[in-house]
Amino acid sequence: MTDSPSSGNGTSGSGAAAHLADGEWHRLHPASPLLKGGIALIAILGVVLANMRERIFDLFVPTFPQEGDPVDYIVNHGLIGWALVAVAVVLIVLIIGFYASWRMHLFRITDEVVEVRSGILFRTNRKARLDRIQGINIIRPFFARLFGAAKLEINQAGQDANVQLSYLSSGAADNLRREILRLASGTRETRAENAAASAAAGSSVIERRVSEFLAPELDPDAAPPESVVKLDLGRLIGSMALSGSTVFLLIVVAAAIAWIATTGNFLALLFAIPGAIGFGSYYVRRFTKSLRYSIAGTPDGIRVGFGLLSTSNETLPPGRIHSVQVSQPLLWRGPGWWEIKVNRAGHSSTKGADGQANTTILPVGDRNDVRRVLELMLPELLAQASGDPAPGGSTPSGEPDAIRSAINVIESGLESPGGPDDGFTNSPRRAAVLRWFSWRRNGFAITEGSLVLRKGAIWRQLVIVPQPRLQSVSMHQGPLLRPLGLATVHLHTVSGPISADIGAIDRDAAIQFFEDVARVAVSAAQSDTTHRWRSGEATA
Amino acid sequence: MAERLELPDGDWQRVSPRLVVSEYVSTVVSTAVFAIVVTVGMLLFWPPLVWLYIPVGVIALIALVIIPRRVRSIGYRLRDDDLLFRRGILYQRFVAVPYGRMQLVDINRGPLSRMLNLSELKFVTAAASTGVTIPGLREADAETLRDRLVALAETRRAGL
Repeated sequence: MTDSPSSGNGTSGSGAAAHLADGEWHRLHPASPLLKGGIALIAILGVVLANMRERIFDLFVPTFPQEGDPVDYIVNHGLIGWALVAVAVVLIVLIIGFYASWRMHLFRITDEVVEVRSGILFRTNRKARLDRIQGINIIRPFFARLFGAAKLEINQAGQDANVQLSYLSSGAADNLRREILRLASGTRETRAENAAASAAAGSSVIERRVSEFLAPELDPDAAPPESVVKLDLGRLIGSMALSGSTVFLLIVVAAAIAWIATTGNFLALLFAIPGAIGFGSYYVRRFTKSLRYSIAGTPDGIRVGFGLLSTSNETLPPGRIHSVQVSQPLLWRGPGWWEIKVNRAGHSSTKGADGQANTTILPVGDRNDVRRVLELMLPELLAQASGDPAPGGSTPSGEPDAIRSAINVIESGLESPGGPDDGFTNSPRRAAVLRWFSWRRNGFAITEGSLVLRKGAIWRQLVIVPQPRLQSVSMHQGPLLRPLGLATVHLHTVSGPISADIGAIDRDAAIQFFEDVARVAVSAAQSDTTHRWRSGEATA
Repeated sequence: MAERLELPDGDWQRVSPRLVVSEYVSTVVSTAVFAIVVTVGMLLFWPPLVWLYIPVGVIALIALVIIPRRVRSIGYRLRDDDLLFRRGILYQRFVAVPYGRMQLVDINRGPLSRMLNLSELKFVTAAASTGVTIPGLREADAETLRDRLVALAETRRAGL
C-alpha cells in the first residue's frame, strides 16, 4: 500500500475523516485507477496472451508461417523490436494516463457542498448541495474489498445526479460518510472524535484486511450495533421459493413436459439450458443481494446494508423516503411474510435484489419486522403511541374520526379484512362491482404526519405517504365510476415502484379526502425541516 | 348530475374561448390527414370500402360538438397556498399543486396558438404524474400568471 498524506487512505480513524472533510481539496485512494479501469486492462492483457499462446509457442518451435496475420507480418519483416517498443509506449501512455487522471481527480467537502473535479482533457466539475443529499451509499465490490477500498456515492435527486468518490480506503469512507452527514444535518455539535481506528484491529496489513472483510456492515460506533431485523437463511430461501417467478418457472416446466409428452418432440429441451441459466442467475443474484441484510436506525437516518461478496451499505437521512409500500403476495400469506419498498428521489447506481434500482428496503419479514422497519422509516407515524407529537404533522380539523391511533391504522392496515369502523374510510358496498373481494378493505386514512392507503384483499398492500413529501394530489372520475358515484384519488410523489392511488371510493369521501390532503400537504411542507434534519437540536 | 365531481365554493378562472378555434382547426386537420391515409390505402391495397368514411366522419362530428364544452370545462383557481386545476367532462380530473412544490413553469406556443395569441402553461413538480398543463391562456395572461406563480413558489419554497 502506498500512503500519501492527501489521499483518501485514512485507516487511522476519524482524524483522517476530519481531515478529508475540512473543505480543502483531496485525492482519492491511489489504487483507484487500478480498481476502476486497471482490472479491465489486466483482463484484456490476459485475453490477448491467451490467444497468442500458440503464437508464442510458434516463436520457439517454428512451423509453417501463415500469411495475412499481423503477428506473421511482424515476425517475417524483423519488426519484433519495433513491436515491443510500440507495446511499451502504449503501456507507458496508459500508466501516465491513469496516474494523471488520479492526480486530476479531486474532491472537497465544505459546510455547504461536496465538489468533485476530474478529467484530463475534458474537465468536469460537479457540486452537490449537502442539504439536498438523498442518501449516501458505501459500496464495496468484491475485488475492491480485497484491497480494503470502498466507493462512496452521494445520491442526489434526478437522473445521473450522483457524486461518486471511487475509491477511498474502507475506513476513510465510513468516517467521511459520518462527517458528511454531520455537516448536512445542520447540527452545530462537533462530534467527539471517538472513532479510533475501530476497523484496524490487527497491526499488519493482512490482519487489517481480514478484520475489515469480516466486519459487520454496520460500523459499531455510528449505529446501534444490532440490525432490527434478522433475515435468516430459511426465510430468505422460503420467500424466493414462494415468489411469483417460481410459480412462473413451474408453469413453464409443466408446459414443456406436457408438450414433450403429447408430441414426443424433444425440441422444448433446446430452451431448457438458456432458461435454466436465466432463472439460475436471477435466483443467485437475488439470493446474494439479500444475504447479510441489515437495517438499523442512526441519528442520521436509517442504514440498510446487504450483500455477501460485494456489499452495499446505504444511509438514508430522515425525510428522504417519499412513499412506502408494505405488500404481501398471495403465496406469502401462509407464512405471514411482507415486503417493504420505497420511492426515493435519488437512486444509487448499485442494483437491488431484483436487478432494478434499489428500492426494496425489507426483502422479506414478518409482522414484527415490518413494524420495526416502519418505526425507523416513519418515526412520526408511530410517534403518537409514545405520546410524542410529530414534528411535521398536521391533521385536518374537520374530521376527527379519521384520526386514529397510528398503531391501529398500521395493524388493521396490514391484515384486517376491513369493516365499517376500523380507522379507514372504505369503499361503499356499491364499489363491489369494481373491487370484487377488496371493497371492504379498499380505503384511506389520514394519520399524524402520513397518508395511508389500504388496497387489495388477495394481494394485500398498504401504501404510506409522508405528508411533507407529497408533491400534488389529483382526483379523477371516468364514465365507469360516475354512475356508481365513485372516484379515484391519486397522491403524486417522486417516481418509483409505488403508485399511491386509491380507486373506487365514495364520491363525497373522495372530495373530502382531496381537500384534506391538499390542505395538509401545504402545512406539512411548510413545517418540514428534514432537509437539515438536526438543525433543531440544542447547540453543544 | 349529483354523481359528478365538484368542489364547493369559489369561482374557476376559465381559459380563452379562442382555444375552441385552435382545437377545431387541429381536429379538422387530423381528420383530413386520416381521411387521406384511408383513401390512399383503399386505392392501393383494399377494395374501395366507402363506408369506412362514415365512422371517421361521425367521430369527427362528435369531437366538433364536444370541443366547446371541453374547453369550457378547463379551469384553474389560485388559492392561498396551492393551485387548483380541473379539466374534462367525461373523464374529470382535479389536481391541487402546492406552490412550494413547483420546480419550474413552462410557456409553450405552437404556430397555430401564436396566430390566435394563445399560450400554454405547464407546471412541473418533482412528481412526473402531476401533469398540470393549462392551455388557451392569452399571451399576456400567461406571462403574468407565470411570474405570479414563480413569486409564490419562491415565498413558499420547500425541498423535495
